[in-house]
Parts: sequence; structure tokens; C-alpha cells
Amino acid sequence: MTALKIFVSRDAAARSVGADETANAILAEANRRNLDVELVRIGSRGMLWLEPLVEVSTAAGRTAYGPVTPRDVAGLFDADLGAGGKHRLAQGLTAEMPYLKNQERLTFARVGITDPRSLADYIEHSGYRGLQAALTMEPAAIVAAVTESGLRGRGGAAFPAGIKWKTVLGAPGTQKYIVCNADEGDSGTFSDRMVMEGDPFVLIEGMTIAGIATGATRGYIYLRWEYPDAKIALDAAIAAAYEAHYLGENIQGSGKNFDLEVRLGGGAYICGEETSLLESLEGKRGQVRFKPPLPALEGLFGKPTVINNVITLASVPIILDRGADFYKNFGMGRSRGTLPIQLTGNIKRGGLVERAFGVTLRELLYDYGGGSLSGRPIRAVQVGGPLGAYLPESQFDTPLDYEAFANAKAMLGHGGIVVFDDTVDMAAQARYAMEFCAVESCGKCTPCRIGSTRGVEVIDRLVAGENAAQQETILRDLCETLTYGSLCALGGLTPYPVLSALNHFPEDFVKPVRAQVPA
Amino acid sequence: MSSKPPRRVIPIKVEPPSTLTGEERTAVLDVCARLQELPGALMPILHAVQHALGYVPKDAVPLIARALNLSLAEVHGVLTFYHYFRKERGGRHVVHLCRAEACQSVGAVELERHAKRSLGIDFHGTTPDGAIRLEPVYCLGNCALGPAVMIDDTLQGRVSPARFDELMGQTRAPPVTST
Repeated sequence: MTALKIFVSRDAAARSVGADETANAILAEANRRNLDVELVRIGSRGMLWLEPLVEVSTAAGRTAYGPVTPRDVAGLFDADLGAGGKHRLAQGLTAEMPYLKNQERLTFARVGITDPRSLADYIEHSGYRGLQAALTMEPAAIVAAVTESGLRGRGGAAFPAGIKWKTVLGAPGTQKYIVCNADEGDSGTFSDRMVMEGDPFVLIEGMTIAGIATGATRGYIYLRWEYPDAKIALDAAIAAAYEAHYLGENIQGSGKNFDLEVRLGGGAYICGEETSLLESLEGKRGQVRFKPPLPALEGLFGKPTVINNVITLASVPIILDRGADFYKNFGMGRSRGTLPIQLTGNIKRGGLVERAFGVTLRELLYDYGGGSLSGRPIRAVQVGGPLGAYLPESQFDTPLDYEAFANAKAMLGHGGIVVFDDTVDMAAQARYAMEFCAVESCGKCTPCRIGSTRGVEVIDRLVAGENAAQQETILRDLCETLTYGSLCALGGLTPYPVLSALNHFPEDFVKPVRAQVPA
Repeated sequence: MSSKPPRRVIPIKVEPPSTLTGEERTAVLDVCARLQELPGALMPILHAVQHALGYVPKDAVPLIARALNLSLAEVHGVLTFYHYFRKERGGRHVVHLCRAEACQSVGAVELERHAKRSLGIDFHGTTPDGAIRLEPVYCLGNCALGPAVMIDDTLQGRVSPARFDELMGQTRAPPVTST
């Protein structure tokens, strides 16, 4: 009899709600019943409200149960799960679940399917085909493929990846670098973490291709310390890739070299900004640099450097494997390909949804997300992290597209959507945005360093009703100073959440009527 | 013969008086010896010192500065720039509580209030029994399963105030494993 194959995620989010305990209970129960069980720890499918999700290999495919606590495990075995047995937690065939079936998973194609510790599994599921293609191409042709695919930086700034690469390829110099920005600090985002934990090889492959395309022989993954599980996954995958000659000298006999290591950040949000990340990698305070010079010309240690986000680099292998046209045919307008969207906060079915650009907020919030977790009406969503705008219900039909969001005075950023129900106090959210900017400011430029603290004070006075009309004028003026006077996006975009809250939810900034009655 | 005035020596204290124990000093020097040749070695060294000692003692700064040929100000500047590095000893376990928006939308503000009250400390404080140090954090990447908390290296999701108390009980319960 062949072993019963059971899959449980080892993703940090799944573990945070008990995936390890469930996995241990499965092994113990199998042992008690004398059953031959092969337990595989995988990445998460991204249906986080169902974690710990247990999948069982059946003749028809993987079938899912969730959320499974250790107490449910004995009952699952009673239900004959090897034959896809009926159980109150049964979700049917995983691939047929609407949440997954209605996605377009390109970057996340393997996450939740393969064993992230197994290079063999990666290769069996089309891994390293992008690199094989790249090794037969001239560097300029690789760069051209990335440019033609329309891939734009998924970290938030949406700068065309191919143009960065082309600049580095054309830059003189013997030492060039590939730096992966894995300092995913935006609240409401975890797609980088899920890829690094669930399919680390795809990031390594993407960085290796970037190295070959631009002549860079050394790469760094700058990872936030808050992701210890990702560190373990990346270190293991890098070691396996070296072992199999996918990293190091003479990669797969090609004569090309690429070395890669992980470096940890220190909990500074600003290090997600590319130039302060480079400062930090060099062992300095994470203060932003003036641009120019562009990092592509004078980046890490003053050398030409490609710096891209995790999702950007992890999207490269499929572009090289399937071709630029394949990737470009997803999406709308100038936003090509797919975006891994993260549904978070007060949402019933939170998780990861990878869709081509063009899907609307409303579809995501209600069709995928199922409305708020609390069951109350959704009042506002913040898209694009702590520097993203708050959107009211009237803007829920905005399609996810960089330009459509810019027109709505919002930004897509890294694709995080944070949901708030009608109990939210938008003045408190605006105040928090200023407070966050004050905590995380690198201190280099005055509008951000001082303006954020003044912003907290002005909002406090505005909400307290101290000469409110004047305070609002001051707040708007301060926001203008931040927008146009800041050195980087932290100060420059903090007005987004502040002003969107003020413009769309002015009622929250008004002193309670009761208190306005003259004494 | 010797008409030259005695050479003026500016007394540079290569290593100021230190409160480090012998073990701590050895740990810091070992880390430096192991990592100082890395390009951009300072961050890896600070991480390794904190990993070894639980914090980065003030008196480790001159040792690190000397190993990397940096000024005290440069090392101090980096050490104090990053929220993650702890400058004082304290807390066998570190609890990072997420304050960011996604967790706010599902009750992080209440959890923060509860945590501070039930532990009897503010952020950056350590409980009187030395078991728990409380730190704020801005996103743990568990935004669909908030409120999120990280206890040492272990992420927790859907942490209600009751669940928080339960976790703190488990964290304190013997046998105590130091981090």
C-alpha cells in the first residue's frame, strides 16, 4: 500500500494559527492507527481564513479540509480522507475552490503546491526553465524580453523593470550587483513573504537571470528581521541551489557566475526605500540618498545595481520561460501581467489573490473576500500600505490599474488592501498616518522629520475643534509641503492617507456636536 | 644629548573601561572576528551580537568600531537608528505587538491597551520578573489573521486579549528557555 500523502502549510501565517500543532496531530494519529502517512510541509495556498488547511492526495487530485485544529484530526481519519471522505470541514478539490479557481496565478503558480525545501520538486514543476532559456540568450535579449513583457516594479513605484536592467547592462564597471528588496514593511502586505517561504527558488532563479542579463555576479536579498521563517526558507534554498550548481561559479556549465546571500534589516520602514536600503546594506544608517545618481549607475558600494522587489524578480522566470507576449497578454492599459493582491484587515476571507490587472476593488472585497469579518458594512479600504489612500465605497469600482488608481488620487503600491468596517474613526487613521511617518522618518529632510510631528498636533487640534477651519487650512498646507518638499515617498506620500481620510470622511474630523454647545 | 622635548602623546584610550563580563567581551570579539571581512559588515555584526547576548551593550560599541575601523559615532549612529536593536539588557522573551493598520482594523488598539495593562508595562519595558519585554512593531506580515504578535521568533495570529493572556502564561511557564 502506498503512503497517504497529506499536505500542511509551513507558512508563518498558517503556523500562527496552529499549523504545526495540526501537523503533529496528524502524524500522531497516523502512528496510532498504524497508517503509512507522508506529510509534506508546503507554502500556503493563500486561503488564510481556512488555515490550518489540510490537503490530501486523492485519485481526483488534492482535496482540502479547513480550518483543521488538532481536535479535528481523529475525525478526519474516521472520514476516510484518503478517498476524499465527507467531513464538515471538507472544502472539496482544492483546485476547484472558487477562491483559487478564479485566480490567474503566474508568479504564485507553485506556492502551496510544491515543497519549498525541495529543489527537485521545483524543477519538476517547471522550475529553472526561465534560466535555461536565459542561458541561451544574449544579455540584451533577456533585458529586451523583460522590457517587452511590460513588467513594472511591484514594490510600489511601478517603474518599468526592463529600463532599470538596461541602464545597469549599459553601465561601465566590472562589479555590478543585484539587490532584492525584501523589506516588505507595508501593513496589509505579505506576498513577498509568501513567495519567499512558499517558493524561494523562484526568487533565486529570477535574481540569477537578472545577474546574467546585466553582468552582475553578486546578489543580496535584504530581508526584514520580522520574517524569520523566510530567512530559514531562503537560506535552505540558496544552499540547495549552490549544491546543484544553480548558484556559484559556472552555473550549469554556462561559464556564468552568480553568488547570493541574505542580509537582515533592523526594523526600519524607511529601508524599503531603495537608496536607504542600499545604505543599510553598506552598514550605515538607513537614510535616503539624493538622486541622481541613480542606483542603476551608482548603487551598492557605488557600483551599478539592479534593485527590485521580490515579486518583480519572482515574475521574471515565467516571462523568460513563456515569453514576453504570454505575460503581456494579461492586464490592462499600461499595467501588464498579474498582481498578487493581499486581502487583509477586517475581511471574512482574507488571503492572497493573484489576478491580472483590471479586477475591481468591489470584486475583490465581496466576491473573493466575502465582505467584512465583523459582518458590518465596509466603510473604507486602504490600498497600497500606510502611504496609500483610504477609499470610500463610492470608489470601489476602480479597477486595479496603476493609472486608474493615480487618477483616483490613490496608489496601488504593493497590492495590499486593508479593510475597515463602519466602526473605524477616520480622524484616528489620519492621525496614525502622521504618527507612523514621525516614528519611521529617517530624519534627513525637514518636511518629513518635523512635518509629521506637527501633523499629529494639527489633527489633534482640528478634532478637538480648536478653531477648526484654520486648523484644516494649516493641515492642507502642511500636506502640500510634505508632498512637494520631501526627499522620498515616506514624507511625500503620507498626505495620501491623511487627505483621503479628510476629503472622503470629513464628518469624522468634526468635534462632536454636543461639545460644541457654548457654555 | 637628548635636547628634544619629550614627544607629546595624545592619550587615546583604545578601549575605554568596560562593564562587559569576560564572556560578553569574548562573544563580541568572536562575532567581529567571524564577520568583519564581509562587505557592509556592521549590520550582520550587530545582529550577531544581539543574537548572542540578547542585546547590544553600550560597551560593545568600541570593540565593534575598532574591528571595522569606524568611529564610535558611526557605530552608535547605526545601532540607535534601527528599532530592532536593543541597547539594554532585559526580558528573557521579547513580545512584539503589531500596531499597523490591518491589525488596527480587527482590534489591535484594544489589544495594545490590554497588553500594557495586564503586563503592567509600557512599550520598551520589561516585566518585574524579567520574563517579558514588550515592543511595538509595524507589521509582521500576518495581516489577514490579525491582531498579530510575535513572541521571540514565533508568529501568532488572531490574538484576542484572552488569547494574549494564554500565550503570556505559556511563555512564562517553566521550563524557561532563554532566547
